Amino acid sequence: SSHEHKVNFKKSKEACLSYIQDAMLRKQWKRAAEFLTFYVESLEKDYSREPIGPSEMIWRIGTEILCHHSHSSMKEFNCFMEQMKTLGVKRYLKVCLEHVFHLLCNGQIDEAYQNLSLAESWRFGEQTAIQDREMKLIQAYRGLLDYCSWAKQKNILLEHGPDGFADLSVEQEMHSYFRKAAVNLKEIIKIPGVWDLFVKCYVDLLEFYGDHNEACQVLNEYAYNSKFPANPNAHVYLYQFLKRQGESKKSLISALKILHDIVPSHELMIDFNTMLQKSKKRKKRRLGLEVIFAALDYAGWKENIRAWSCLARQVKQIVISEKHLDWIKQEWNSRKDWWPAFHFSRYLAKRNWQENKSLSYEKALVAGILLGKDCKYFKYVSHQGCKARVKRFRMLKKFVNRHSPVYPRISG
Amino acid sequence: RDFNERCAQCSEVNWGLTDGGRYYCRSCHNVTERTREIVNTDFMTNSRVQRISKGSRKQEKTDRVCEWYVCEGFQLVLKKQAEALEALGVCPQMKDEVLYNFWRCYLQKSKQAYCNRPAGETVKAVSVCESSTDGDSEPERSSLLHLLSLSESEGDLQTDCSFASSMSKVSESTSVYSGSVDGSLYLMKNQKEKLRMTMPMTLSFCYMSLLWLREPITLSELLRFVVEGHIPYLNVFQHFPEKMKLCGLDLKIFCVESWPVYEEVYNKMLELAAFLDLPRFPDITDSCFLHPDMLCIKYLMEANLPDELHNWTCRVVKKIGIGEVDFLTLVPGNKSTRKVKYDILAAAVIVVVLKLLFLLDDHYEWLLSDLAEERNKNNKEDGLYFEFKKWYGVVKHSLDVEQKKLDEERAKYLWRCEKPLFYSVKNKSKVLKRRQMVVNLQNQFGKLSGSLRRAEKPNPSSFQLSWSEENTDGSCFHGHSLKGILQEKCGLLTAMNPDYWLCTVKLCNEKLCGHLAHYREVDFPQSYHFVLRLFSFLLRIQPSYIHDEVCMIEHKLFNKKLYRKLKYNTVLRK
Repeated sequence: SSHEHKVNFKKSKEACLSYIQDAMLRKQWKRAAEFLTFYVESLEKDYSREPIGPSEMIWRIGTEILCHHSHSSMKEFNCFMEQMKTLGVKRYLKVCLEHVFHLLCNGQIDEAYQNLSLAESWRFGEQTAIQDREMKLIQAYRGLLDYCSWAKQKNILLEHGPDGFADLSVEQEMHSYFRKAAVNLKEIIKIPGVWDLFVKCYVDLLEFYGDHNEACQVLNEYAYNSKFPANPNAHVYLYQFLKRQGESKKSLISALKILHDIVPSHELMIDFNTMLQKSKKRKKRRLGLEVIFAALDYAGWKENIRAWSCLARQVKQIVISEKHLDWIKQEWNSRKDWWPAFHFSRYLAKRNWQENKSLSYEKALVAGILLGKDCKYFKYVSHQGCKARVKRFRMLKKFVNRHSPVYPRISG
Repeated sequence: RDFNERCAQCSEVNWGLTDGGRYYCRSCHNVTERTREIVNTDFMTNSRVQRISKGSRKQEKTDRVCEWYVCEGFQLVLKKQAEALEALGVCPQMKDEVLYNFWRCYLQKSKQAYCNRPAGETVKAVSVCESSTDGDSEPERSSLLHLLSLSESEGDLQTDCSFASSMSKVSESTSVYSGSVDGSLYLMKNQKEKLRMTMPMTLSFCYMSLLWLREPITLSELLRFVVEGHIPYLNVFQHFPEKMKLCGLDLKIFCVESWPVYEEVYNKMLELAAFLDLPRFPDITDSCFLHPDMLCIKYLMEANLPDELHNWTCRVVKKIGIGEVDFLTLVPGNKSTRKVKYDILAAAVIVVVLKLLFLLDDHYEWLLSDLAEERNKNNKEDGLYFEFKKWYGVVKHSLDVEQKKLDEERAKYLWRCEKPLFYSVKNKSKVLKRRQMVVNLQNQFGKLSGSLRRAEKPNPSSFQLSWSEENTDGSCFHGHSLKGILQEKCGLLTAMNPDYWLCTVKLCNEKLCGHLAHYREVDFPQSYHFVLRLFSFLLRIQPSYIHDEVCMIEHKLFNKKLYRKLKYNTVLRK
């Protein structure tokens, strides 16, 4: 407890603020609101020397309370936000943006659009230039909403079909939304940043109107411009686009390369490995092996049958050809200490066999090669499989036994 | 002089005149109700007095604004405060005579009124000639600017720095800077010699009057009533008449943003009493409320301690002579005697008594308590022995609850009021807009608060903690007996506790470091700290002030022993 001797305005408001914060942490919204009523008179006092003034505090705290309080309504929220907008000119656009986000989260798209348009037309001396970034964001979000409207119109058109009455006004509206959206989206993605949503929408627009060059350029910029923060999604978007365009395997592979570096556990690694495995170039096949091993290092992939089947296929192919066993050796070297416990324990053998026979099949193949035919996993699964008289397990057992001399060369 | 009646108390005819204008007997200091009509020719020659009383006539033509002086404002404040005190039960003399006369005397002595050449007039002349030469106006302006930019510890009332720029024009009259005529002068000159009036000082006036009348309100109570809103202080300017426009520098004078501090009000009171050349105050005798014997009864009750302890407090008081009339009565201007803070003194006496009986070293008191508990278990009919442990549990619980309430109350203070404050017409609209927004937000979030709007201020009460003997849960300790901790020696009851530890071996020089001792919680036993905390809460002051008094009392009590030995210290600290 604070036995504050000299109780003055500043100290009592500080105390009030700490009570508000305490109540908020405990989700006691009524109590927080109560103390806020006593805090708001701070607005009447000058705090220009403090880093965060009462107006900002009240804005943020009030927003939180109104979001969570059971009795608060959107109407009240809107009313509150309007007041907050008048409180600090330096923060005006930021407040507008956050207001818009809340409206969007509550499904009030039209109100959000209105607010965005209003904010766009705001001018205030030198503040306009200072708050340029926020303005760009506002324009970008308006562009986004324009895109949504465009998409809606597009769907209406497509529903009616090519032979149906193409409502001219709908089409015209669609085009006008396109123009509005494109202009704003294009602007924002010029600025280094993470603009996944904007990029996707913009590319969608460009593709629809057939401007593939522009789309390709945009995506390349987004993925490869070093000024932009490293963003795995950028590469994914580029890859997906190239795929849609039917580009060559070569360009697809190069698009996924950086993704592998950034996010080795990405789900596209399977596609990547598949493409690499089939490649004629040795280097690429080598990379494929690396990719699939790296993916399976992650716990999320432990039971991914596709991944295991990729690895099994490639391992099998290498073993049969008896070429490049050293590749397996290299990959296995850093994993032989922990993969056995991670993937090939007896417990997992039992579980995999019970839950997913195909998974256990693929894994058993890999285990049999990497750990030899005497390893727990292979023994258990192949035994179970043969007991159950499943043909492929018998084939598997034969295969591994035949190639068992490979094991010492790998595990070396 | 022409009053020849015999004194009712001592039958002498030896009359003097108090500054309040009442006759008092020089032999026995009995103050009468008889007043003498004060005829002072000075009044007639002072046109300014007339202005104060009638208000300015010429302003009717414009916007119902009158010229008013800062001291008029303070006079209104004092009037309101006195009325509030009267409503609390203080005798009407306080307002009509004592306070009023003190105030008039102050005005006279500070040459603001009731005298030949009020200070204001000279100022006016200065400002007029200053404005004519640009060169001279610079230092004037810059010092005013400096004043405004200095934020006093209460926090500054500037709502924006544009005010400073609005002062760039030095106009003929000083009213640009303030609603009052002499607002700027008031703040500017070093008025130390003349004891410039401030808001906290209004409480010094009140307290001084209460003390003169020996009313049963201590300074800590007075200040508590102020904080609780029973005595106007915060935003009292709301009650100024419409035509007294308050703006600009007036805000710095009349708007407070902090609660008055005991020390400040008290010291100002002493300064004031000396400044007014007041004689010795009416005697504080042992039948007065402010006498430590009386105050101890109150505090013992409030602290839920056994009534029997009163014998002990009286013994201590008697032994060290702090119950003597000459010790207790205020003699203004006498720098040699230590001035008495009655409430803190009484509380400290109780603390010392507790130390004497219970030692409070975090061991002995619990030991005694266990013994008492044993005895109480086996013997329920003959009245209970006081158990420190039980008392501690009960009182601590209540104290924690009340302290928590108080802390929340402090976070909920509302400092601003409906009446808008603005420096100049320029930022008036901004201020009004802000005010409107504040009210809107208060309404909006008030509705979400769930509970009703804050209940009206609680009724003023002298006791913050109360304990009833009728409670069957045994939470009242007034009637408990101290038998378990006392013993008889040579026909006298003494404490079983043979030891005592001094709070400090050497007292500091109060004038140099402001305190007699320096209190740090970690240096002392927890029981001692608890007891200090209890009284600290009741009196709304820092524990260190009570600690100071305790040190003072201890040094008086053990004076001889201290004198003899260089180190008397049977400190039982951990």
